[in-house]
Amino acid sequence: MVKHPKLAKILAQSYVWLILLLMYLPIIVLVIFSFTATDEVGVWGGFSLELYGRLFQNKDLMTAVGNTVLIAVVSAIISTILGTLGAVGVFYSGKKYNKTVETMTQLPVVNAEIVMALSLAVLFKTLNTSYTFFTLVVGHVVLTVAFVYLNVKPKLVQMDSSTYEAALDLGATPWYALFKIILPEIIPGILSGFLISITLSLDDFVITQYLKEPSFETISTYIQKIVTKHPIPAEVRALTTFIFLIVLATVIGITIYNNKKASSQAKSRRK
Amino acid sequence: MKFNFKRKYLSFPYVLFLILFVVIPVLFIVYYAFSNKGGHLSFQNLVKFFSDSTNVNVLIISFVYAIINTVCCLLIGYPLAMILANKKLNKSTVLVMMFVMPMWINFVIRTGATRDLLNWIGISTGANSTLTTSIGLVYNYLPFVILPLYTTMLKMDQSQIEASADLGANKVQTFFKVIIPMTMPGIVSAATMVFMPTLSSYVISDILSEYNVVLFGSYIDLYFGQADWNFGSFMALIMLILIGISVYITRKFDRGEQGRRSIW
Repeated sequence: MVKHPKLAKILAQSYVWLILLLMYLPIIVLVIFSFTATDEVGVWGGFSLELYGRLFQNKDLMTAVGNTVLIAVVSAIISTILGTLGAVGVFYSGKKYNKTVETMTQLPVVNAEIVMALSLAVLFKTLNTSYTFFTLVVGHVVLTVAFVYLNVKPKLVQMDSSTYEAALDLGATPWYALFKIILPEIIPGILSGFLISITLSLDDFVITQYLKEPSFETISTYIQKIVTKHPIPAEVRALTTFIFLIVLATVIGITIYNNKKASSQAKSRRK
Repeated sequence: MKFNFKRKYLSFPYVLFLILFVVIPVLFIVYYAFSNKGGHLSFQNLVKFFSDSTNVNVLIISFVYAIINTVCCLLIGYPLAMILANKKLNKSTVLVMMFVMPMWINFVIRTGATRDLLNWIGISTGANSTLTTSIGLVYNYLPFVILPLYTTMLKMDQSQIEASADLGANKVQTFFKVIIPMTMPGIVSAATMVFMPTLSSYVISDILSEYNVVLFGSYIDLYFGQADWNFGSFMALIMLILIGISVYITRKFDRGEQGRRSIW
């Protein structure tokens, strides 16, 4: 295989595409069978868009979708504010404080989700708090806040520290300097932290299961309840098509944005 | 009196949140693990865990699945990352993105879809639990392996590989003596991304084995479901200690790497 570089290339590429195909196969199958109104995957009952109609009529599933988005947005906003302020504050404090907070930040990152979920459940049980939207938000913020912190921190380290001092010397108040000097520098970190929070929260099952109000369902908990005993509900196949399209659009968007940024950087370098 | 603004104060809400909802809950776990239902100090959970071989067996089985999963993910992911990072074979990051993309589709749907697909093609999840659980685990964790391996391989010093060839090593020797050691940090971080999460995962094994395979995460969940808080907390504590050990090993390895690098 080494003697024929062309053959090696073909082999390598077919390996990549084979794995890619296998990884997407379950999703592709769901998407294909979303266009036929049979109960189970694998049985084709002729082309139909019935499942897409049924998807929007399934109130429980639609509520679960709404809840999933709601909890993701709320917890991501809170995490982004807390995590960003945390990173800025810690960056400008003493070494000892810095190290302590860094260690605390690592805890939710390395910890197993079930341990975090259980520990919060134990806390709320001891405090005699019943599970509400609040407890669920707390759980999701615990899950995501450290990732905002970790995304903002490197941007602060890369920042030119003298500009803030210069702004103060020129008469800016600390708050004004914070918003006009530091914030623009760290905004890419804040944005990626926000996006990671959203994706972690959307995908979450364990923490949600432990800390939610019993009647409150997200996509994960709603489907898990059914899927442990039955095949994936037919309408969920139609839902998967939408999720797949949204993810695809996001990936294409990010790729175009990155390419544009790279080419504009290349152009400015040429100047 | 004027309030003296210090930027350090900005971090207080974050720190307060971590103390309240991350540190204190962990302390509660420790407290519950070493107390009985009446709230008195007791080692009965510790005795109960190690005296019943079922508990220890679940832990051992979980380790076996974690090892199988880690090895399979590395065996599939390593050549994949090598191809993706090879400039001659792949120039764009689009392909890499495509490997990460499945992670953004809800994992309960993906796991259910895998189960339904396996059942459709005749691999019944009830009769082949070991196989189907392993497939489900590898399918779910492969993306986590590809990213760290890919990033270390991008940074790989190509001249060392050429030097090895110039000095007469054949491809196999170069691979084992040069490429593998160079990418060791990526391998270790990839392995930690898979190993510990497999131990504590439970949804994948529940769905793909129809509850025939019980991993440690499942087991904790089971006792929690029965409202045995103390025993559940004790097992969560074991999980926490295992995580602590794995973090310690990874850190130690990282430091060793840096030490070796600083010699040069």
